[in-house]
Amino acid sequence: MTEIAKPETGFVYAPAPESAGIARLKPSYGIFVGGEFRPGRGEAVKTVNPANEEPLAEVAEANAADVEDAVAAARAAYDGGWSTLPGSARAKYLFRIARAIQERARELAVLESLDNGKPIRESRDVDVPTAAAHFFYYAGWADKLGYAGFGPDPRPIGVAGQVIPWNFPLLMAAWKIAPALAAGNTVVLKPAETTPLTALVLAEIIAECDLPPGVVNILPGGPAVGRAVVEHPGVDKIAFTGSTAVGKQIQRSVAASGKRVSLELGGKAANIVFDDAPLDQAVEGIVNGIFFNQGHVCCAGSRLLVQESIHDELVESLRDRLATLRLGDPLDKNTDIGAINSAAQLARIRELSDSGVAEGADRWSPECTLPERGFWFPPTVFTGVSQASRIAREEIFGPVLSVLTFRTPQEAVDKANNTPYGLSAGIWTEKGSRILWMANRLRAGVVWANTFNRFDPASPFGGYKESGFGREGGRHGLEAYLAH
Amino acid sequence: MPTKSSKSASADRVAVRKTYKLYIGGAFPRSESGRSYPVAGPSGELLAHAAQASRKDLRDAVVAARAAFAGWSGATAYNRGQILYRIAEMMEGRHAQFSAEVQAAEGGSEAAATAQVDAAIDRWVWYAGWTDKFAQVAGGSNPVAGPYFNFSLPEPAGVVGVIAPQQESLLGFVSVVAPVIATGNTVVVIASQERPLPAVSLAEALATSDLPGGVLNLLTGSVTELAPWLAGHRDVNCLDLTGVPPAGRVPLAEAAAENVKRVYSPPAFDAAADPGLSRLTAFTETKTVWHPMGV
Repeated sequence: MTEIAKPETGFVYAPAPESAGIARLKPSYGIFVGGEFRPGRGEAVKTVNPANEEPLAEVAEANAADVEDAVAAARAAYDGGWSTLPGSARAKYLFRIARAIQERARELAVLESLDNGKPIRESRDVDVPTAAAHFFYYAGWADKLGYAGFGPDPRPIGVAGQVIPWNFPLLMAAWKIAPALAAGNTVVLKPAETTPLTALVLAEIIAECDLPPGVVNILPGGPAVGRAVVEHPGVDKIAFTGSTAVGKQIQRSVAASGKRVSLELGGKAANIVFDDAPLDQAVEGIVNGIFFNQGHVCCAGSRLLVQESIHDELVESLRDRLATLRLGDPLDKNTDIGAINSAAQLARIRELSDSGVAEGADRWSPECTLPERGFWFPPTVFTGVSQASRIAREEIFGPVLSVLTFRTPQEAVDKANNTPYGLSAGIWTEKGSRILWMANRLRAGVVWANTFNRFDPASPFGGYKESGFGREGGRHGLEAYLAH
Repeated sequence: MPTKSSKSASADRVAVRKTYKLYIGGAFPRSESGRSYPVAGPSGELLAHAAQASRKDLRDAVVAARAAFAGWSGATAYNRGQILYRIAEMMEGRHAQFSAEVQAAEGGSEAAATAQVDAAIDRWVWYAGWTDKFAQVAGGSNPVAGPYFNFSLPEPAGVVGVIAPQQESLLGFVSVVAPVIATGNTVVVIASQERPLPAVSLAEALATSDLPGGVLNLLTGSVTELAPWLAGHRDVNCLDLTGVPPAGRVPLAEAAAENVKRVYSPPAFDAAADPGLSRLTAFTETKTVWHPMGV
């Protein structure tokens, strides 16, 4: 909708695209093992730009033999000095990485938007700076682990196998690698199959920062590579971010094996708006909660719980606001909503949205011209949604909001908690005592009050119930990488 | 049937023997299945017939534990501390009875049994003191880079299923249940299969300590029969496998993945060791709350 005039304002947004050339795309990428870049021995896969379906580069993915090599390299690096290196030295390597990410921030942001489809505004202002900040934060912990509250002389666990999703490719790599290295572990990381490129630039950065070979190994590949990493007997600790279904498989596959596991899985967060909330701020929070990153966010506020008395007014304000969102070219600095990451994800969003209509909810989207090529889905709001409806229970992982109502705070709590998930929740009210009363009762790992979708390296993040276990970020995030 | 400790004041008086039952929702029912099983002392003498709990008893226990969760987790930490301390008081007054029951169950010297009861009572006191301090140690505020107040605190994970250690009939039991309820969880615990009687008597102390019914639910019977139902139950949030030998843990840990239970599976259990914080941490979740700062 970039070029559509808004009759109510008369403004037209001229295109303001970043140049794709900034990404310094290479024709082909491989794997990073033992400090060396080489083609993987698995499939050669084209990674595509989801905004136009054009291939970006060819990636020679890893296979099982490459997993063997990577685990061996990580073990050799662990035994060969990384785990016993003074924390102050590990810290300096991590500070270097943080600084190098900042130096190459623009390149990384453009590359992320190309590979993932997210708006450049988000990759530039959220993904990349937060990734750098994460390394900077954990760098400082590396020589202070004895003060972290996990015993006076905490030890690393060993080789960490880490599998990350496609929604925040670079940021998730940072969330996984930074605390692991700070605590003295070595890493085998598998980026998502549709978004391997920024992790491979991170590998370049790590190589340029002169980390000892094998401390970080990066293996692009599909689910089979992930499974090989998780089930490898030489891997001591598993960290997974992704779907609850896969998380359960992982938990089952390593049951009582002695491997440590942390899981960051799906969510179906309630964003709860009371009748005394400042409506304009709440509308901004609702939009940020569900349309940030096209709703490809495990903690997205995908269930809007509105106090009944303000339902009509709030929905009208929300529709007015959604009509101003600009969907289109992810590289355009004016874009609010980018592309859906893959055809498979688009199909899932469509299927679940259709089920919402079939189950009797009212579907609405703003007038919105979708680009002809690429994977696109308009911002969508369902009203009249029942708690039993699939769109109120299943994680859609797309720009689709389900609106439900409540009358009393207790009913809001009961409906918010009526889900197997428990990752996040939002509360909008001017009444402080009610915020704390609600925050106390919501069974979720992150509660945003009068805000939503805030992330910070110092702030622990992770779920209750089937949203997984373990925390990432903050002092708590170290626990997952220390033996105890 | 009597235990060895069933002494009567006069030699010619016929003792009143105790029926060892389950403890579910604050009541002492027999197994709904009507089953019992003989419990023998170390030299094979019959001590009593204990209730042999069924899957239905276990499900009833989970329902009771879930029902008790809101009240217990919502109680003040100070109140929970007082109740845990009250349990220690109740045990102290029945010290001789517990010592006799432990010795009857495990054999060994009277001094060893007495020491185990001492340690079990002291463990309640230790955890009573933790209830209103753990959140300060495990939580705190987080200095985020923005105009927000942000804090994290530990919260109880919910209903915890526990298989108690098989050897130390009283200290083992206390060591695994006290940290679970100290932070506000409720518990369904399967007592030592061969040595369940001291734990059943402990339930009598719990019932007179203002511990709300359903906070601790005790089952006796076959671990092999009951543990899989506990591990697979969708309304149980965590599973403590301390009392299961390592070879038996894999299928239970697999079943636990069905609803992403937090599984605590320590390689070994040493009742005499410093308990540390790991059992408090294992059954709590970290909640982080954000709020903007501004005028």
